[in-house]
Amino acid sequence: MPEETIVKDPFKTEEYMINMGPQHPATHGVLRLLLTIDGEIIKKVEPDLGFIHRSIEKMCERDSYQQIVHLTDRMDYLSSHINNEAVCLAVENALELEVPDRVKVIRTIIGELTRIASHTLWWGVIGMDLGALTTYFYGFRDRELINDIFEETCGARLTMNYNIPGGLMFDIHPNFVQRTKDFVKHFKTKLPEYDQLLTGNVIFQKRMKGVGLLTKEDAISFGTSGPVARASGVASDIRKIHPYSALDRVEFNEVLFTEGDSFARYRVRIQEMWESLSIIEQLIDNIPDGDYKVPTKAVIKLPKGEFYQRVETARGELGVYINSDGKKNPYRVKFRSPGFSNLSALNHMAVGSKIGDLVAMMATLDLVVPDIDR
Amino acid sequence: MMNIPLLLPTEWVHELLMGWMPETAVSIVEMVLIAVVYLAFFAVAGLYLVLLERKVAAWIQLRLGPNRVGFWGIFQTIADALKLVSKELTGTVKADKFLYNLAPYFPIVAALIALSVFPFSKSLQAYDVNIGIFFLTAVSSIGVIGILIGGYGSNNKYALIGAMRSGVQVISYELSVGLSLLTMVLLTGSLQLSEIIETQRTGGWLIVQGHIPALIAFMIYMIAGTAETNRAPFDLVEAESELGAGYHTEYSGMKFAYFFLAEFINMFIIASIATTVFFGGWLSPFGITDGIFWLQPIWFILKVFIIILLMMFFRWTYPRLRIDQVLTLEWKYLLPLNLMNIVLMAIIVWLKFTISW
Amino acid sequence: MSYFSDIYNGIKTLLRGMQVTGKYFFNARKEIITVQYPEEKPHVFERFRGEVVMPHDENNMHKCTGCQSCEIACPNGSIEIIWDRVVNPETGKKVKQIDKHIYHFSMCTLCNLCIEACPTNAIVMAPTYESSVYDRSQLTKVLNKPGSKVHPDVKE
Repeated sequence: MPEETIVKDPFKTEEYMINMGPQHPATHGVLRLLLTIDGEIIKKVEPDLGFIHRSIEKMCERDSYQQIVHLTDRMDYLSSHINNEAVCLAVENALELEVPDRVKVIRTIIGELTRIASHTLWWGVIGMDLGALTTYFYGFRDRELINDIFEETCGARLTMNYNIPGGLMFDIHPNFVQRTKDFVKHFKTKLPEYDQLLTGNVIFQKRMKGVGLLTKEDAISFGTSGPVARASGVASDIRKIHPYSALDRVEFNEVLFTEGDSFARYRVRIQEMWESLSIIEQLIDNIPDGDYKVPTKAVIKLPKGEFYQRVETARGELGVYINSDGKKNPYRVKFRSPGFSNLSALNHMAVGSKIGDLVAMMATLDLVVPDIDR
Repeated sequence: MMNIPLLLPTEWVHELLMGWMPETAVSIVEMVLIAVVYLAFFAVAGLYLVLLERKVAAWIQLRLGPNRVGFWGIFQTIADALKLVSKELTGTVKADKFLYNLAPYFPIVAALIALSVFPFSKSLQAYDVNIGIFFLTAVSSIGVIGILIGGYGSNNKYALIGAMRSGVQVISYELSVGLSLLTMVLLTGSLQLSEIIETQRTGGWLIVQGHIPALIAFMIYMIAGTAETNRAPFDLVEAESELGAGYHTEYSGMKFAYFFLAEFINMFIIASIATTVFFGGWLSPFGITDGIFWLQPIWFILKVFIIILLMMFFRWTYPRLRIDQVLTLEWKYLLPLNLMNIVLMAIIVWLKFTISW
Repeated sequence: MSYFSDIYNGIKTLLRGMQVTGKYFFNARKEIITVQYPEEKPHVFERFRGEVVMPHDENNMHKCTGCQSCEIACPNGSIEIIWDRVVNPETGKKVKQIDKHIYHFSMCTLCNLCIEACPTNAIVMAPTYESSVYDRSQLTKVLNKPGSKVHPDVKE
């Protein structure tokens, strides 16, 4: 045996690197994490992005303003309607176009349905990440009903592209109101079941409580938003700070927790589903009559200048920045995606915890990788 | 006792062989025959437990489950096994070839050995060893060696983490399984499985005889037994959302199938021990059909089936524990409780507070 | 004492979880949510956007004038229109006439912008969903049927 391979200190431990992803069940897509581990303890997490980069922002510079909208479907595909809405609002604000009340209300209802759909999928997946596969199917059962509503009204289940600058692509389907009411009624019976199956479970609580702590200061400095920030006590709900569409005429509570751990993030999302249900209930009976769109020119030209619109997607704050030079295409488009900032907090949260905890943290960050990469 | 129908085929074979063979040859041939029968049972039981699990999972998850290959998909797992047999055995270049190829045989051989001591009925038992319980706990922990060397030999970090987790977990929970069974042995005073069942025939099932401590022992046994088989909520070994596939990441084809089948046979073994020790083995409830001999194995299988169903319910309901929580559960909760329970049981047996009729 | 209450509470929550799965297990037949796909077709709503089609009437006439609005509106370049100039026999003027309306289904994101842009409602979305083929070239379709003509009611 060569001299140098003789182990001097038999109890010496070594850190080693392990590749989590891009093909890994817990990374929810093609995210690659470079983990430095000491046994089971994580020393460092380095996210490596770019596996699903499609240069959506660059493609937007090529497209007209109507065409940009459908590209945003493909960013955070679980809140595609809200993404579309963000772009449309930005364009409408730039044109100083006032959309009818009917459009605003319908946009808000579908937006909140999208939020519930996204959270039900997240709830299913968090159970699956922690090893309880059954939750996945219960989450999908309820999400399918929302998808049916979308399919009937918008014509697609995931990438709806229902918004156009100036309104909606078509009017809502006659069955929309009844279906939505049925769903709200159904989901109110199923949400307590979610709590019974997972929230109250002692194993689940042990896995979540005190894991992935993010203090209020850290949450702000990492630029987190959405449920991640609100679980750390940062009041960051754009729907409250900066109401858009019909959100200024409904009453709802901003869900805030101060623990900042994974369980708080979990509870924020569960509570948000209740709040979204209440928003839908307030609006569904009062959809005003009127046009579903205002006519725009076939070629939309934005005035010169910079325009910014922020909305609250299911994951957090989505910012749409449009820099126009007066032509029919934008000069520069930038999306401030919530997932990217939330992911940046992962290393800070994960150091010192175990591999199992990392999976729980990633599940509560609710990452959608196309949103991070764009 | 001569008219036991189930004994007839074995006696008939025995006499047939005796007619044209020396005695030593006959015993060897009989051993081979028994081994073949057990192997066949092993394969069929394993495959159908896989099917059962898939069906149970489907029903819990509002799905239909396998239903294409044969009525209710009864040939689905057989088709799967055939597919696995015909698959190429891939492996990594840098793997430790000897350990890598050796590993799959440990769990399956250990499971098969353990299967041989169970009394399926009064007379249907391959080998009535007089230290049955001891033998079972010893043999059922051999399987983990296969997992350890499999994970170590495949030269994969995920597999290694999985294997190490498995080692830690099985060694810890071995204690609880042994101690909870020991609690019941206090009641019977014998380690022999047939003896244990005989005790229950006269005095009622042990879970009734031992009442409170027996119930506690049963609960501890079920938790520890689930952990020993590496099933959810203790499936850290192959925690798919953390480690990909865990220790069998690098295995394919039939080698993977060995690991996979061994898990299900281990589940069968854990349930069989529970049936034998807590629920009277092949005895019928209240002795209603004790006179009918061919019903004995059916009662046994039925009880095993119910306990397996319980374990499947665990798997499809609960999230997985973290590795430190697994150890906390064992060393801080199950082990102290178990030791207290043994003392309690000893006092009860000493003061003759057991329930029996 | 919290040691024992922890154990008690733990077991209680575990049993509550089993209640939910047990309920679904025993009602398994009633609440099945999956569809036996090839035999049982899923319900598709009429607005579902499956692919772009060009409806033809019984005289093999369509409404597409070849104005290229859809081609311009399409963000992915999945529509390609080949047109000719032919002499209108009545007026003697040269007019633009559609030759082929080529639709690259493989590039289409089904965003509905072409249908919105079409001035004559010549193309519509069809609620089809079994779109897989064995060869990529089969996804390039010519939407106007061979020998078809523009409907006389449709004006330029």
